[in-house]
Amino acid sequence: MAVVDQAVAVASTGSATERVRRARRGPLRRRRLMVTALCLVLLLVFAARVLLGDFTFTVPDFFRILFGAEIPGASYILMENKLPRAVLAVLVGLAFGAGGAIFQTTLRNPLASPDIIGVSVGASAAAVVTIVIFGAGGVAVSVAAVVGAIGIAVLVRLVAGPATGYRLVLVGVGVAAALQSVIQYVFTRADEYDAQLVLRWLTGSVSGAAWPTVRLLTLILAALLPVLVWLSRSLRITELGHDAAHGLGVPRSRTDALLLLAVVLTACGVAAAGPVAFVAFLAGPIARALNGGRATLVGAGLTGAIIVVGADYIADYLLADINFPVGVVTGALGAPFLLWLLASGRAGRRAQ
Amino acid sequence: MTAWASASATDQVNSTTDVPPVPSGDRPARLVADAVSIGYGDRVVVEELSVRIPDHKVTVIVGANACGKSTLLRGMSRLLNPSTGSVLLDGTAIHRMSTKAVARTLGLLPQAPVTPEGVTVVDLVSRGRHPHQGMIRRWTPEDERAVTEALALTDTVDLADRVVDELSGGQRQRVWIALALAQGTDLLLLDEPTTYLDVSHQIEMLDLLTDLNQTRGTTVLMVLHDLNLSARYADHLVALHGGRVVAEGTPAEVVTERNVRDVFGLDSRVVTDPVSHTPLVVPIGRHHHRETR
Repeated sequence: MAVVDQAVAVASTGSATERVRRARRGPLRRRRLMVTALCLVLLLVFAARVLLGDFTFTVPDFFRILFGAEIPGASYILMENKLPRAVLAVLVGLAFGAGGAIFQTTLRNPLASPDIIGVSVGASAAAVVTIVIFGAGGVAVSVAAVVGAIGIAVLVRLVAGPATGYRLVLVGVGVAAALQSVIQYVFTRADEYDAQLVLRWLTGSVSGAAWPTVRLLTLILAALLPVLVWLSRSLRITELGHDAAHGLGVPRSRTDALLLLAVVLTACGVAAAGPVAFVAFLAGPIARALNGGRATLVGAGLTGAIIVVGADYIADYLLADINFPVGVVTGALGAPFLLWLLASGRAGRRAQ
Repeated sequence: MTAWASASATDQVNSTTDVPPVPSGDRPARLVADAVSIGYGDRVVVEELSVRIPDHKVTVIVGANACGKSTLLRGMSRLLNPSTGSVLLDGTAIHRMSTKAVARTLGLLPQAPVTPEGVTVVDLVSRGRHPHQGMIRRWTPEDERAVTEALALTDTVDLADRVVDELSGGQRQRVWIALALAQGTDLLLLDEPTTYLDVSHQIEMLDLLTDLNQTRGTTVLMVLHDLNLSARYADHLVALHGGRVVAEGTPAEVVTERNVRDVFGLDSRVVTDPVSHTPLVVPIGRHHHRETR
């Protein structure tokens, strides 16, 4: 009995409260610092992407053009090429980064990112089939990509069952492999014109960015933002495991809602720029490392944006006269990271 | 300890099913299982079971492995929905209540909670306040007080800024209990809270739960493996076998040589615990008999 009274007494003393307050503030401060730093880095990379390169702009020129001044040649390059491309890269990176982090945190496995467990490939496969077999183009392809991603995600979830973790990863990897072969097969049947289009759906690229795509993606992401904010609150709870989350008032269905949101985010990204390899996979763990080992959605989104914008810059200017699709660069970055993750035994450390 | 001695209301449970008599009072308890069958898929683990968890007491569910004790606790905490019958919390069927409403009344420490990577003690325990927070997150002085108190109760204030991953098993378990305490509920359900703890920490943990029960009137329902510790700490014991209640009552009533044989399939001598004067089970194995020597 004395213990409880003592505890109440301790709790009411200033020193315990002060300790708790200080301990609470530590991670919050760290997170704020990380978000600020990532925002700054993103701003720098974005500026480099837009202002530097084969055709450089000065900052005053940039703003002059942005607000409507016509500079022959320069205006076109900035407004129709560099700027939409950079903005699309940011949006796609945010979507992939946040989507990937939701997957990794919810399933407690860094391997469980949508680009590894078949969600992105599902979108690609649906798009490629729509292009080659049904001869469709434009919006129909994007819609097919989104539907494909959701369909594959649901399939993987149903086959894997409610158990999360490794089972879902294994089923996803299997489904992804099957879909790759579908894509390969369809690719062989594509004519030359379609093959160009199909290729874009295989590697991911922001080079064809156009304002309508950017506007649409902005709208969709803005609409998803409140849902993301609301659901991300439960992410803190769902990551404690099903039982504990349930005990804290977060029903099991919330996990599925979170995953569905992540699938939609990823699918929209793929529909806009193709499956830019490994962004969803890389962003979460990097942001987590920057955040003192704690998962962070905002951080992952920003990291994803930095990766895509930065990789696109590299893809465009690394080798003179050769433009890679951005996915080639992120793939080259991601593969070693995947190997490191597997080699260091960090993958699935908490998967059950 | 006699907080619910006044007995008046009708006993809705007894009228419908063959509830084993609950020794003290017949007022409907806040947490009641009414003829519940619970299982996984086609496999029924708990069958037509009725039990009332006496308010403001420590109730322990005991039984052999796979007797359905964890399943029953999962059903009582709404983790599993019964296929027939219902679990009533304050008179309402629990599976028809919202998860959040349940979480405000009933705290739960599951068997294998997941500690997120890199999370600090305070951060983890703060999440116990989730059921009390609205759509827009706000950290209130009330939250701060509840968390500080939960840390003080579990003697983890000094660990506040440590990363939970890096703590010892015993410390980690205390932090998880703190999370359940921060939830601030009058009912506390724990699924084998002493697993992974060495004997001194087990005693410490059970003492703490007893303190909470005695000073705050917290109703405690838990599953424990150790029959002797159960007999020592429980006010009320529920013995399960094959998904049914075979004995219920005070430890002195339940822990008998016959019941131990029926429930655990174990021959034993039951003596009086020299320290707590509760029944103490001394198992008889095939060896170690004085007679056979």
